[in-house]
Amino acid sequence: MTKAKNPKARVATVWLDGCSGCHMSLLDIDERIILLEEKIDLVYSPLVDAKDFPENVDVTLVEGSISSVEDLHKIKLIRKNTRVLIALGDCAVTGNIPSMRTVFPLSEVMDRVYDENADINKQLPTKIVPALLERVMPLHEVVDVDVFIPGCPPSADNIFLAVSELLEGRVPNLTQTTRFGA
Amino acid sequence: MNKPGVEICTLIIENRECGGRSDQTILEVAEEYGIFIPTLCRLSGLSNIGACRMCLVEVKGSNKLMPACVTKVQEGMEVTVNSPKLAEYRKTVLELLFSERNHICSVCVTNGHCDLQALAQKLGVNHIPMPYIHPHLMVDASHPRFLADHNRCILCTRCVRVCSEVEGAHTWDLMGRGTTVKVITDLKRPWGESESCTGCGKCVQVCPTGALSEKGQAAGEMLKRRQFLPYLSMMREVGR
Repeated sequence: MTKAKNPKARVATVWLDGCSGCHMSLLDIDERIILLEEKIDLVYSPLVDAKDFPENVDVTLVEGSISSVEDLHKIKLIRKNTRVLIALGDCAVTGNIPSMRTVFPLSEVMDRVYDENADINKQLPTKIVPALLERVMPLHEVVDVDVFIPGCPPSADNIFLAVSELLEGRVPNLTQTTRFGA
Repeated sequence: MNKPGVEICTLIIENRECGGRSDQTILEVAEEYGIFIPTLCRLSGLSNIGACRMCLVEVKGSNKLMPACVTKVQEGMEVTVNSPKLAEYRKTVLELLFSERNHICSVCVTNGHCDLQALAQKLGVNHIPMPYIHPHLMVDASHPRFLADHNRCILCTRCVRVCSEVEGAHTWDLMGRGTTVKVITDLKRPWGESESCTGCGKCVQVCPTGALSEKGQAAGEMLKRRQFLPYLSMMREVGR
């Protein structure tokens, strides 16, 4: 009956190489998620069932760094189909903990995990799981990023503020309320 | 009570008329007037070396930027502390520091108490535009009480200065060139085998980041205690 003049904003959230802590922090906005729900359509997310990243997305929040060939493929598609791309959390913004392996050659990392530290079935994975990149990268090293929300994880308040501001057509300024590491 | 040859100067800092002695630096006078100039390598009580370039200011009539911590005031000087150019340079310096080493704030012992992290937030550094170098650096855990994590070092040399100027041991120094420079103990011996180190821990307390820390601290637990420095510096001046 009260069909809004403006259709709901199409919002997506993506989980690349991160721990899902940023998504946990997103859920920590608690009852404010109902306010968001009135304004957005969550078209793609680990929290919904869509399998393929859709076209024509207004805002995408991306958690995690670019660590595998799959991440690389996804982030390029996400960028192509997204108007405002948000790097959510330190892994997406800096590489953070996933990037700590970049100081070692990839072959050493693989041997350490799948050979030295494996008790049974020692073998390097070659099927199904995507190949890791030699170098773990923050999102902006691969694609243009519109908004950075540092933090490990960023607080629920900052995530809510960022999305709310964008829905009002403003670019959020989070420099004084967010920092690397917290 | 002025020392011989020291004059009173009137100068303009950030559009404010300020008075200072000719043996004071721009930074010292600015601080007396409550004008904020960002600093990183500087720590009150240690010598000033102008290494980090955070305190660069514009002085009218000069086409060079001057580090406020080592530039003495002069009569009639006009100093600009905040300009788009200076803001850009300061941000770039911080970004380069982050890109040069492995500063993983979330798991660092000084997370939340770090001068580099705090200054990055204050100056609006919310991502690092240049690619990270990811150097392979070691942690020296040979000392029974302290850790040296070169991943977090910004080469400010506060440890070198406090060890030389206050403790009088000069255990710490720099080795190498360019981005490969490292702080070393004795002649690059493991810290735990250093013969000159007195184990006083002053270097740990003045270190702005998590590069030097006490053993046994988890992420965010390493609080630096610097209360001793003004007192020891004052006593040193008295003894001269």
